[in-house]
This record gives sequence, structure tokens and C-alpha cells, in this order.
Amino acid sequence: MSVMAEKSVYEQLGGEPAMAAAVEVFYRKVLADEHISHFFEDVDMERQAAKQKAFLTMVTGGPVHYSGKDMRAGHAPLVKRGLNDSHFDAVAGHLKATLEELGVAAPLVAKVMTIAESARADVLGR
Amino acid sequence: MAKVKHESDWYPLESGESVLDALLRQGVSIPNACRAGACQSCLMRAVAGTVPEAAQVGLKDTLRAQGYFLACACRPPEGTQLEVTGAEALRIPARIQALSSLSTSVLRVRLVTDSPLAYHAGQYISLVREDGLARSYSLASLPHEDALELHVRLQPGGAMSGWLAQDARPGDRLQVQGPAGSCFYVPGRPEQPLLLAGTGTGLAPLYGIVRDALAAGHSGPIWLFHGARTPEGLYLTSELRALAEQHPQFRYRPGVLEGGSRDVAEGALDVLIRAECPKPLGWRAWLCGDGPLVLSLRKKLFLAGLSLKDLHTDAFLPSVPTGQRSSDAGAR
Repeated sequence: MSVMAEKSVYEQLGGEPAMAAAVEVFYRKVLADEHISHFFEDVDMERQAAKQKAFLTMVTGGPVHYSGKDMRAGHAPLVKRGLNDSHFDAVAGHLKATLEELGVAAPLVAKVMTIAESARADVLGR
Repeated sequence: MAKVKHESDWYPLESGESVLDALLRQGVSIPNACRAGACQSCLMRAVAGTVPEAAQVGLKDTLRAQGYFLACACRPPEGTQLEVTGAEALRIPARIQALSSLSTSVLRVRLVTDSPLAYHAGQYISLVREDGLARSYSLASLPHEDALELHVRLQPGGAMSGWLAQDARPGDRLQVQGPAGSCFYVPGRPEQPLLLAGTGTGLAPLYGIVRDALAAGHSGPIWLFHGARTPEGLYLTSELRALAEQHPQFRYRPGVLEGGSRDVAEGALDVLIRAECPKPLGWRAWLCGDGPLVLSLRKKLFLAGLSLKDLHTDAFLPSVPTGQRSSDAGAR
């Protein structure tokens, strides 16, 4: 069976250059939020930005594929430091605000938020 | 167990131990300073075996291709073997041309290399003494000038700074390794506002960068903030004021935490910057000096709207004392 694949949100937004622009907006929001900023503090800000760009690429359906196992392993140290639903909700809120600020249409924002939500259990190690 | 071969002897590594720590522990003398993968003083070359990727982070492609790596960041996996040699081939012999005081705590060291050193103003080099003692210092000079200029902070009990201040004389010979670092001016967008900020001898790279930008014809505003605890910690003030008089686009702003005056602002560096440059959106910035201060300033400027690609930092790391050596903490 062959179906014309629907364009991903990632492609509709403009691919890699769009992610490069979005990551700075998103990173500023999480760093400025004292409830979650300690999870994002990194001596190497470029490395941290690269991680977040990979995250944005993933939730928009772009060419980054994390397995549930990767998400669990990557966030396990943060879960030990107290990462919980309230932090996940805050990050999701900043993701939504970032997309809206960049003028992404509501149906596409909803699509991205659904993908992000599907990672909740793995991120929080449940 | 991993093992490493150096000058015909094999040395075992403890689990997770770096090549640098293993060699030092077993009595081999290897130049080193920050032990955090930044200063590149402990550069070595692998002649056989595989170097872990992490040990080559930050090195130029030409060095990687020749097998160079940082011994402090090199942790070979269990069961592997590595044969290494020093980086002597990369060092350029140099002699001290002049030594003078810039302030009570900062020494200006001018060096002439036997062969030309290609560098950008603001990069740093490792200074290696004949006995192997190495420390990393930023370059305050411009490449076309006849000598390399370093600003050396005098550390209580500092091995290199103490020697330079008390025992070294013009004519003494040393070796220079480098340059390294990406904190420098790249020509282009001459109208873009530039923000340079640093503390202590963080002024050294900034002094090079600002003169480099002016020489390249940068026409946009250039702000230089130099912070110190007290006015005694400021230096090159008359040179920088003279530079500002020659170049109307250049503004020099010295600041201190205590003891301010009509000419020297009083307050924390980030507060002084925010007061004069409240909206640095689209600017380019260089931040040099005390590590925690540089990192905190970078975060504040990023949050204020500077893009990460326009933020260049050189956070000075203290050198790590070894058993037989007193600390040169906060060198550069």
C-alpha cells in the first residue's frame, strides 16, 4: 500500500532554518522560568541549545528519532533531581508559546503538542 | 585495564583515569594547566591506537588529522592501548623581549618568537618554560605587531607568574604553543554594535579584539566594559581613554565594585552594562575573564536578546595544582 505522506509540521514550518530560529526563542523562555531553569543550566550553552533543537525537531516530526528508551535514559538523571509533571507542563507551555509567537497556525500547534504529550511517560520515567 | 606508552615505557591506567592523570601519577612530567579540556597545554599526539572522540573536542581539524589530542580529556576504554608522544613539534621557541608592570597585580610580558606565530587578536597560547611548566595566557597584541603581548596576573605563590615577576629577565628563552580559542573579531557587518566586557586580565583579549575591530574599520558603536573589585585592579586606563578620543565610535567604561569616582563607575558589571546598553538585540559580544562572571553575563545577554552565535566567551579557568607545585589559580 502506498499513501502520499502528509508533510510534517517540521517541513511546513521551513525545516532546519526554522528550528534554528525557534530554538533561541524557546531556550530564552525556559531559562527565564525559575520553576524549570535549573534543569536547563549548562556551562556549554551551545550544547544545551543543540539538545533543544533536536527536541523541537522531534516534536515537529522532523528527522530526529528518539526511542522511548532514549527519552527515559536521557531524562533519568533529571527525574532523580525531582523532575515531575509540573515541570513537564511548564516546558510544554513554553513550547506552545514559542510556536504561537512564531506564527504557527493553531491546528499545527495542536499536532505538535500531541506529539510532545506522547513523550510524557518516558520523560518522567513512568 | 587500558595502558599508554610514552617514551618506550608502558603505563597502566586506572579505570576511568585520563592519560594526563595516569602519566603524572606515575612520575612522567607532562605540561598541563586547566585540566578541563580548555587551555590545550596538555596537547599530545597519538602515534598508535585510537583516541576517544572526546579528547579532540575543540581542536583544529589539522591537529585532529595528525592524531593530536588533549591528555586531560583522554580516557581510553578498558583493554585498549595508546602510544603517545609530546607536542614539542608544535612549539615555537621564543625569547622575552620586555617585562613591565601594568598595575600592582598585572605584569605585561612581551615575547618575540623565532618564527612567526599566526593568530587572531584575542586567542590564547600556552607558555611553556624550559622545565615543562605551562600556563595559558590570552594575546593582547595584534598579529602585525612585532611582539606577542600577555597580561599576567600575579598570583600569591603562583609558579609561572612568580617566576616571571621575580626571576625572568629579557632575553630568557621559553616556548609558545598555540594559538587556541575562538574569541576574536571576524570582519563583516561593520555597522553592528559590539559589546566587550571583562574582569581583571580578561582585558587582555579584549584589548586585542577592540584594536583589531578598529583597525578593520568597524564603524558601529563599540563598548568596552572593564570591571575590577577596586580601582587598583584597573589598568591601561590612559591608553584606552586615548583610544576613545581617537575613535568616536569607541566607548571605554571602567567599573569597580567599591571606590568609584567621577571617571570610574561603581557597581556590578552587569548592572553597568544594562544601564548603558539596555537593548543589545542584534549586537555581537565578547566576554572574558573570571569564569562564573563570564557565564552569568552570557546568560543575561542571551536573555536580553543576543543570539548565541553572536556571543563569544573566554571563561578563564584556574590551573590545577599538582602535588609538587603550588597553585597558579586564576592564571591568565
